[in-house]
Amino acid sequence: MTTRGLAPARTVLDNGAVIVAKESGKTPAVSINLALRAGSIGDPPGAAGSTYLLSQTIDRGTERRPASEIAEALDDRGITLSFGVTRHLFSVVCTCLAPDVEFVLALLAEIVSMPSVPESELATRKGEAVTTLRQDEDNPAIRAVERLMSLLYGSEHPYGRPARGTIATIEAATRESLLDLHRQRFAPGELSVVLVGDLDVQHVFDVARAVFGSWSAPSPRPIDVPHPAPAAERRRIVIPMMNKSQADIAYGFTTITRSDPSYFPFWLMNNVFGQYALGGRLGDSIRERQGMAYYVSSTFDPNVVEGPLLIRAGVSAANVDRAIASIDEEIAALVRDGITDKEIAESRQYMIGSMPRALETNAGIAQFLQTSEFFGLGEDYDVRLPDRLHAVTRDQVHDVARRFLAPERATIVVAGPYEG
Amino acid sequence: MATPAAARPSVPLRSATLDNGLKVLIREEHTAPLASVWCWYRVGSRDEAPGLTGVSHWVEHMNFKGTTNIPRDQVKGIIEQFGGTWNGYTWIDQTTYLETATKDAIDRMLFIESERMARCLYEPEDCESERTVIISELQGGENDPDQLLDQELTATAFKAHPYRHPTIGWLSDLQSMTRDDLYGYYRRHYIPNNATLVIVGDVDPDDALRRVERFFGPIEAGNRPARVRTREPEQLGDRRLVIRKEGTAAYLRVGYHAPAVADRAFVPALLLDAVLTGAKGVNLWTSFRVPPPQRSTRLYRALVERGLASAVSGAMLPTAEPFLWTISATATDGTPLGAVESALLEALDRIRREGVTDAELARAKAQLHARMVFDDDSVTSLAHQIGFFETIASAAFVEQLPAAIAAASVQDVSAVAGDLLKPSNRTIGWFDPE
Repeated sequence: MTTRGLAPARTVLDNGAVIVAKESGKTPAVSINLALRAGSIGDPPGAAGSTYLLSQTIDRGTERRPASEIAEALDDRGITLSFGVTRHLFSVVCTCLAPDVEFVLALLAEIVSMPSVPESELATRKGEAVTTLRQDEDNPAIRAVERLMSLLYGSEHPYGRPARGTIATIEAATRESLLDLHRQRFAPGELSVVLVGDLDVQHVFDVARAVFGSWSAPSPRPIDVPHPAPAAERRRIVIPMMNKSQADIAYGFTTITRSDPSYFPFWLMNNVFGQYALGGRLGDSIRERQGMAYYVSSTFDPNVVEGPLLIRAGVSAANVDRAIASIDEEIAALVRDGITDKEIAESRQYMIGSMPRALETNAGIAQFLQTSEFFGLGEDYDVRLPDRLHAVTRDQVHDVARRFLAPERATIVVAGPYEG
Repeated sequence: MATPAAARPSVPLRSATLDNGLKVLIREEHTAPLASVWCWYRVGSRDEAPGLTGVSHWVEHMNFKGTTNIPRDQVKGIIEQFGGTWNGYTWIDQTTYLETATKDAIDRMLFIESERMARCLYEPEDCESERTVIISELQGGENDPDQLLDQELTATAFKAHPYRHPTIGWLSDLQSMTRDDLYGYYRRHYIPNNATLVIVGDVDPDDALRRVERFFGPIEAGNRPARVRTREPEQLGDRRLVIRKEGTAAYLRVGYHAPAVADRAFVPALLLDAVLTGAKGVNLWTSFRVPPPQRSTRLYRALVERGLASAVSGAMLPTAEPFLWTISATATDGTPLGAVESALLEALDRIRREGVTDAELARAKAQLHARMVFDDDSVTSLAHQIGFFETIASAAFVEQLPAAIAAASVQDVSAVAGDLLKPSNRTIGWFDPE
């Protein structure tokens, strides 16, 4: 990264698709991060997991090519391709050798614009999805986090319902329902494709225009994602899983949107509280001083509506109560006293100083640019970000701690060999 | 148009050995203003005696707890001040530590590693506190049935070689080990002549080497510990284990004794694994985090496309001594493990009898080539590869690998399939939920 920053090139096709490209000569390869604003919030009512299931089938045949041809084309070139679904985005992450970028873009355009979802492929993928859900049922960490999200947002809220659905909703999905979902939610105006690597910007723009430019589909109707009501009281739920060796604690709050002016103070606060070095203050207390957990940290995930602050720890059943009490104490201290000058300086220095690492690889840059695109942060966000962090004061950090964190309003889920 | 995807020009590796025996390998890489420093020790869980299983890994944890010149309260933030990250890992052959940070942190990184080599504290209360952290790590692993099955399979496949016990250790050893066990082990193995220091990044090699001399030169050499000489006897018949435990999914894992990295059969075995389950490359730091291209592979077609398994994977890992090639599959909900096993063994038996095809080998080679290009994308990853292979064989292995892959023939891979996949060489493990 130079002082000029990443300075990616960006173009918008006539159909609304956004293409972002950045040349980088690190390796003779290209990372592609493609995203459609068509995440799991678009799952139809009563059909949670539909977008996830579509992500598992979308590259298993298009109107032009059968699944086997796609599989061989990818495997012959050693192309890494994976699909992901978040609340708001349907993502495709791909790495290919530089000479294959033209082929890959054409294939990706076909996959996202004209999937055929063959019946036989759907049946197989449903079997896999059901097995994954069965595995999740036996995973204390997943059980704890999913239940926490359901409590924080409500079980029918787009952030609260399970993104991978349930066995019943997966089994009920049909080829028609998935193609219908695709017709309703996938459109070029929702698409952004970021390419980073050994490429010629004008060339990839030309290729992208040729392969995505002819895609035409109406803009999807907007989806209303309700704002969650902050918890009014403390809730504590236990999911006994007596066959397990260790309990997972998920402890959280709803917070702010990504566009909230308090974003930077909140981000800094979370770094001090549950990230810096080995889990911030939480790590100091629960892992380093008390030796209770191999992992403990907090993650802050602001989103289009108010995302969660999620604290997670894995502890023995005997230490569950002590660990929760320690989290309570750390939150109470943060709310009471805020953070120190030393802490804010250290975290700020780390967050700014770690940018060259975060932006070292093609995939890292592509992810950063895609996130910037989704939240509308600007093409020069990497350049502006240090100043935004420098502007944060201790008082601002203390203010967000007081406004959003309180042990008496925490929602807590424990899953594991523990009966409460 | 983009340039052809040839491997990038080989950057010479600066190699030196200090008077105290510390091997130093430095590579310039000016693609980002970063440097990555790794210190590798030839000690891993295979060096542990009964009663002390897990000691290598526990020692690794203790070596983040302060030194004579880095007081305990100054550990936090010591590299984060430079925007850096630090970490470490322990496995069967090796223990390693790394820092990656902006290049101006080079002295800080070398200081940390020199302190770690010679002056860690091992305060008794820190040892006790870390005991429960590690037991928590062990129990977290036990929560995963597939990980539990992997541990049991390895313990069954090996009856003599210390690769048989898990790197995390057995619980009773973790409960009973003492501070002096840990400290004594640390002092025996953490000596310059048992280590390799690797630097990759935006550095001048001559300058970097001078700095290494300054930090590490004063550390005295020690007596390099002998490693266990036990060789695993040839397996004379297939072995089997079944874990019956409460759970929601059924897992199958099959292991075959496999060649060590320096064995001429290793590269053909790597290609065989790619034909069967997709190429993962040879970088344990990066490539195993991303799923391989595998939909056209034999086992994906035999198990996943037929709806018998929701996932299948293979692992042919580079190790100093013969370890295991493993295949794992998760049975789809409602599919008996016996059906998954039959389909898997049928596919393996077929490749053992008939060998691989030209097209399969060409595809496997293309995948491995791509994977190695992808894995060269950070100073951290490049430094890992140099140190990893120097510790288990030679740093030159990475440079020589493309040629070895190109030279492997259908006959070479088919011969390895014939030899490796003998029923008497395998161990089959089931996690069969109650």
